[in-house]
Amino acid sequence: MKKTIVAVAIAAVLPWSAASRADTDIDALRAEFDQKFKALQADYEARLKALENRLETAEIKADNAQQDAAASAAPPPVSAGTFNPEVSLILQGGYLNRAGGEHPITGFMPVEKHAPVDRGFTLDDTELVFGANIDPYLRGFADLTVANDKVNVEEAWFQSLNLDYGLTVKGGRFLSGIGYQNERHPHTWDFADNSLMYSALFGEHLAQDGVQVRWLAPTELFMEVGAEAAKGQFFPGSEVGGDRNGVGTWAAFAHVGGDVGESNAWRAGMSYLRARPRGREAFLTDVGDFAELTSFSGTSKTWLGDFVWKWSPNGNPYERNFVFATEYFHRDERGGLNCADNIAAGGQCTGLTDSYDSSQSGGYAQAVYQFMPRWRTGVRYDRLSSGSVDLGANGMFFDTANYDPSRWSLMTDYSPSEFSRFRLQFARDKSQQGNPDNEVILQYIMSIGPHGAHKF
Amino acid sequence: MNRLLILTLIAIGLAASPAWATLNVLTCEPEWAALTQEVAGDLAEVTSATSALQDPHHIEARPALLAKARRADLLVCTGAELELGWLPLLQREAGNGRIQPGQPGYLDAAQFARILERPTALDRSMGDVHAAGNPHLHLNPHNIARVADGLAKRLGELDPAHAARYAERNTDFQSRWAAAMARWEQQGARLKGVPVVVHHRNWSYLVDWLGLTVIGELEPKPGMEPTASHLAELLETLKATPARMVLRAAYEPSKASEWLASRANIPAVELPYTVGGSAGTKDLFGLFEDTLNRLLQAAP
Repeated sequence: MKKTIVAVAIAAVLPWSAASRADTDIDALRAEFDQKFKALQADYEARLKALENRLETAEIKADNAQQDAAASAAPPPVSAGTFNPEVSLILQGGYLNRAGGEHPITGFMPVEKHAPVDRGFTLDDTELVFGANIDPYLRGFADLTVANDKVNVEEAWFQSLNLDYGLTVKGGRFLSGIGYQNERHPHTWDFADNSLMYSALFGEHLAQDGVQVRWLAPTELFMEVGAEAAKGQFFPGSEVGGDRNGVGTWAAFAHVGGDVGESNAWRAGMSYLRARPRGREAFLTDVGDFAELTSFSGTSKTWLGDFVWKWSPNGNPYERNFVFATEYFHRDERGGLNCADNIAAGGQCTGLTDSYDSSQSGGYAQAVYQFMPRWRTGVRYDRLSSGSVDLGANGMFFDTANYDPSRWSLMTDYSPSEFSRFRLQFARDKSQQGNPDNEVILQYIMSIGPHGAHKF
Repeated sequence: MNRLLILTLIAIGLAASPAWATLNVLTCEPEWAALTQEVAGDLAEVTSATSALQDPHHIEARPALLAKARRADLLVCTGAELELGWLPLLQREAGNGRIQPGQPGYLDAAQFARILERPTALDRSMGDVHAAGNPHLHLNPHNIARVADGLAKRLGELDPAHAARYAERNTDFQSRWAAAMARWEQQGARLKGVPVVVHHRNWSYLVDWLGLTVIGELEPKPGMEPTASHLAELLETLKATPARMVLRAAYEPSKASEWLASRANIPAVELPYTVGGSAGTKDLFGLFEDTLNRLLQAAP
């Protein structure tokens, strides 16, 4: 290109200064010019190349030097692989000051808890958590709790990683996706004890042995639906009810959520649970204050609604944040109830089986505020309604007075780091009719090892 | 009933399949969103999961982020365990196989950078130390250039039809960036050896690049909140070896740095840390220009 311009220029200039010269002269001149031009070009190119080479080697040398230095400074390179699988141990315990004995929630079927009712110095469940990607397609997770002489498998599941279209499949024993608090382990609770709602519904939380499918919609607004099919041996199901081919418990849930500006995030959900308990045993106190062994067979249907609102300045929760959460449930149980013959022991029941029909509800609302780094304070109000319980012919043995169990709890916690927490909690507990109690709980929660991210 | 539900879900899923017009890129931090913008231009729709006013260590996998991750074709994050507290959850719960670790749809910037401060031992008593080394790597502009190359290549792989455009845009960016770096290094030459106090170790790469000297940190241990006793100790240290300024990021609380700065009689300087951290930082060029201006102003 340049060459032709020069040639044209020369060609344009030459005829006018030396028009008489022969064409051969012009050609010679042009050739000479071309030759010189090419030489100059080659020279520049070579020099540039040399400079580039020098720069490159210098950079590589510097790179190598730095890498060598880093390597020698850190003999065994530490990687995340060192933590594969992620293993963590959670220590929990505290000191409880409360009335002794059992604390049944008046008007509700008692649910067996694996954590003992305790007071004074207590050691809560010690949790051992394992988690890792099994391969590029699946993730595995197990959470074992150890309480005194018992090891309990809280969760043990695998989850799909690379299904597309927003699908996630989970199988094994997992905490059901219903409600808000259900998927959270006790060490992530905002209060030292369980809400009355979850105590009445599941004892602690609902674990499912089965399969869960979740689908997340490809929309700007967070929309998720999920369904679970499970064995159903845990309350409100029963051991006998779970002993079947097919499905003992169905669950379904839907969540929507999003952000409001930079500082606010929310999630709302609706869930449904259908269980088929068979021979579900429970001790109920009769009018003569005797414990009567009852056995329920039928269907248990529960609706749950939940709503969570989180605030933090500019969406940066590290310094200050506020979380409001509330949940509500309605449970209908219908079927037959047998009350075992207890006359010989002085009880009321005669071994009669008759219809059972209950319709109960309740919920809680809680607010937790982190007012400065490490410090949080919160308040929770629990209220249940024993609703209507129709025991049929067995009704004459029991006092089904209407009672609304309630409780106020106030807590403050201090977290020296994100791996440790100390908590002080006061509660005015009116969950048992005629036996109000003031509780003081001092609690510690420690976690050793990599601590996985918590859900919203 | 259940069959109907499943059929409906499948129908919705098919109807809502993503359109492949532009690449949907989600980045963990604003600096990578800005870089993707430079390299991809209007070929990608880019959003950042965090803003400059949010501490990238402490973010929750909020519903809104899950919804974004669900639709992302490419997820660009710093890596090196910076997002350990929320990214794994985001990847697992989004039902998006494309953005899983090891897939082409996940790009970890740390793999292209020179990582500083790799720990020789790990123990929680040392605070929140990242096993993979210091992850705040974008504050050395040379790392930005390296990540840009990797990013352009990856974009080309994900969207082969436009591979040439990405390469072209990257070449253009690299030449503008190299020129800017030369200018900044010339301007910043007089900052060499300037003693500073930092809030957290998120300035290590800037310090390394400009040759600043760190006298102390406001945090007693990385990731631990500054304590009164530690600040008092630091003040004593400053009497013997004075610093010229106290540095903190836009997302970090100002209290501790203001306290120390007023007692040591040196300026407390808030730096943008990333794109959007101050009014002038609309892109990566603005980020470094504003950062340098603030440093030069504080150390005349």
